[in-house]
Amino acid sequence: MSVAQFGGQVAAEAGGPGAGEVEQERRRGRVGYLLLLPGLLWLVIFFLVPTVQLVATGLYDPNGSLDTGYAMTWSFSNYWDVLVQYQEQFLRSFGYALIATIACIFLGYPLSYAIAFKAGRWKNLMLVLVIAPFFTSFLVRTLAWKSILSDNGLIVETLKTLQLIPEDGRLLATPVAVVTGLTYNFLPFMVLPLYASLEKIDPRLIEASKDLYASGVTSFRKVTLPLSAPGLVAGTLLTFIPAAGDYINSELLGTPQQRMIGNVIDNLFLVQLDYPAAAASSVLLMVAIVCLVVFYVRRAGTEDLL
Amino acid sequence: MSHDRLALEALVRAQLRSGRGLSRRGFLRGASLAGLAVGAPSLLSACGTPAAQQTEASCQTEDKSATEKTLAISNWPLYIDEAKKNGQTVYPTLQKFEKESGIKVDYTTDYNDNNEFFGIVRNQLADCQPTGRDIIVPTDWMAARMIDLGWIQELDKSKLPNVQANLAESLRSPSWDPERKHSVPWQSGLTGIAYNADLVDEVGSFEDLLTRSDLKGKVTLLSEMHDTMVFLLLMTGADPEDFTEDEFGTAIDRLGEAVDAGQIRAFTGNDYAQDLVKGNVVACEAWSGDVIQLQFDNPNIKFVAPEEGLSLWSDNMMVPNQGFHKANAEAWMDFYYQPEVAAELAAWVNYICPVQGAQDAMTKIDPDLAENQLIFPTSETLANGYDFMALDTKTEQKYQQMFADVIGA
Repeated sequence: MSVAQFGGQVAAEAGGPGAGEVEQERRRGRVGYLLLLPGLLWLVIFFLVPTVQLVATGLYDPNGSLDTGYAMTWSFSNYWDVLVQYQEQFLRSFGYALIATIACIFLGYPLSYAIAFKAGRWKNLMLVLVIAPFFTSFLVRTLAWKSILSDNGLIVETLKTLQLIPEDGRLLATPVAVVTGLTYNFLPFMVLPLYASLEKIDPRLIEASKDLYASGVTSFRKVTLPLSAPGLVAGTLLTFIPAAGDYINSELLGTPQQRMIGNVIDNLFLVQLDYPAAAASSVLLMVAIVCLVVFYVRRAGTEDLL
Repeated sequence: MSHDRLALEALVRAQLRSGRGLSRRGFLRGASLAGLAVGAPSLLSACGTPAAQQTEASCQTEDKSATEKTLAISNWPLYIDEAKKNGQTVYPTLQKFEKESGIKVDYTTDYNDNNEFFGIVRNQLADCQPTGRDIIVPTDWMAARMIDLGWIQELDKSKLPNVQANLAESLRSPSWDPERKHSVPWQSGLTGIAYNADLVDEVGSFEDLLTRSDLKGKVTLLSEMHDTMVFLLLMTGADPEDFTEDEFGTAIDRLGEAVDAGQIRAFTGNDYAQDLVKGNVVACEAWSGDVIQLQFDNPNIKFVAPEEGLSLWSDNMMVPNQGFHKANAEAWMDFYYQPEVAAELAAWVNYICPVQGAQDAMTKIDPDLAENQLIFPTSETLANGYDFMALDTKTEQKYQQMFADVIGA
């Protein structure tokens, strides 16, 4: 049967299906839901319930305490209070995450490009090298940066000799160290999706643009870049979102002046035992990130990614 | 009809009549309904949490020690003597205890951090549920909080003759457990100042730490509020064992000045040790046991008791509610209060040994360590140690918040 014939027949059937077929279709729908059940259950138990719990905890009486318990008083003011009190840390988190993401793009794009188009037989090796840091823990990698950037370390000494930082200057315990740590830790999340989308580009498209007398720059701008946009958007999200919520880099590489919102939530929850404020801050962080992401994806014109 | 066609047909149909097949919209609707159905009960339970306070009446624990010869202990890492045997780590004193008492010990080192551990057991203890542990080892202020919440069982002193006889005088009546009814110190330590003598002149006081210009940006303090504030309170003329909210506020302001001036580089946990060795930090607030370890590699790292005063702390063995083997736990506590056992432990752990008589026993194991002031301080030194005023949870929370605002967390 040819495709045209088939299409015609389907259209005809769609016009008036028999009773038996409706039944058959229902069953098929049910099978679909059944197949989704494990995933749905997982989502409900590990995402929906905790989220509801978190939002609710954010509404508890801020005057409660552990020994007296917390009553549900629908204190929406909790959310406003933490926003006002910790606006500095909120803004700093998004600022650092933004800078780190941009740095990741500038480091990650050429790297992915090289792996996808220029690496030849080294391709697999380079990919392994990108992923290799994941074999050690996040914490250990961040601690390693403490050694790399230490005051008497090679990098700081070199920069001092080059007069790029003052004689009593330092890198560790500055915003530079925190952003460097974030950039390093999340770079693979930028490289991998970018590589995936660059690698998929049909080289004949680039050849075609050359045939049409596009210069190297033009064909990159008009062909390669737009085709790799989905990878770029995915990479940005995968870098920005965890970076904004990170607290390890600030904790280990920063000082009190570089605290991010993740540190605040950690401290509120574990040390101060102020559960309503901790929950409210977490919810606000999530909401802020979702809003930023939706805005960004709309602007980037890649809604179909979501 | 061929098989492929069936599949294709289904797909096309789903496209044609969205809503009846498994369209995205239908899926989302179904998913949210299912979510609500499962989520609703938890929605109800999300309405507030009950009080965590327990009393002896509200939470009674049966002692199964007579029939079950087991004991589950959660302790800090690297806090018991270790040896290698056939490539496996064993604990010699623990094995001796098992042999003598016939009690099987399940020893885990999952107590990494007071606040983190509190987070782990909080829900069970607040609800009078078993935590699966018979002994936990919180630091003074956390021990105080747990006793205050009624989460700890009272010990039977008649089963602790060695503890009664050998517990160091200065540790017998902390403000939060004046008669040691609920707690027995495992190890103690001093909080003081460590500095690198290669890089900097002697740093003798907190005043020095917070003001000397040659230390600027090269000083760390501990992120633990109680540890650090003892010294700030002393600096501003208050008594850490009995102070008012105003006095605490003054001490916090003093700390804030030092932070704003850039004098203090960071507030840390144990990780100050790495910075001190690497020279990123030249002087810091430190725990005595860590410094002994560092001195093995670099004798120029010095520990001083600050001029403002000494802070002596302990990690305390306690039996939480619904720890079903209290008598076994008491046997363990008493075992470690024999001077010979205590000395064997102290020789490996290097913290302050809370057991009188252990110093004599130590001379047989390692005479050098027996002379070490950081393991066996003189009783005068210990008598001058301050501990932190016992606080109720609400005040504690307030002070923690004030401290957190200054240290930027």
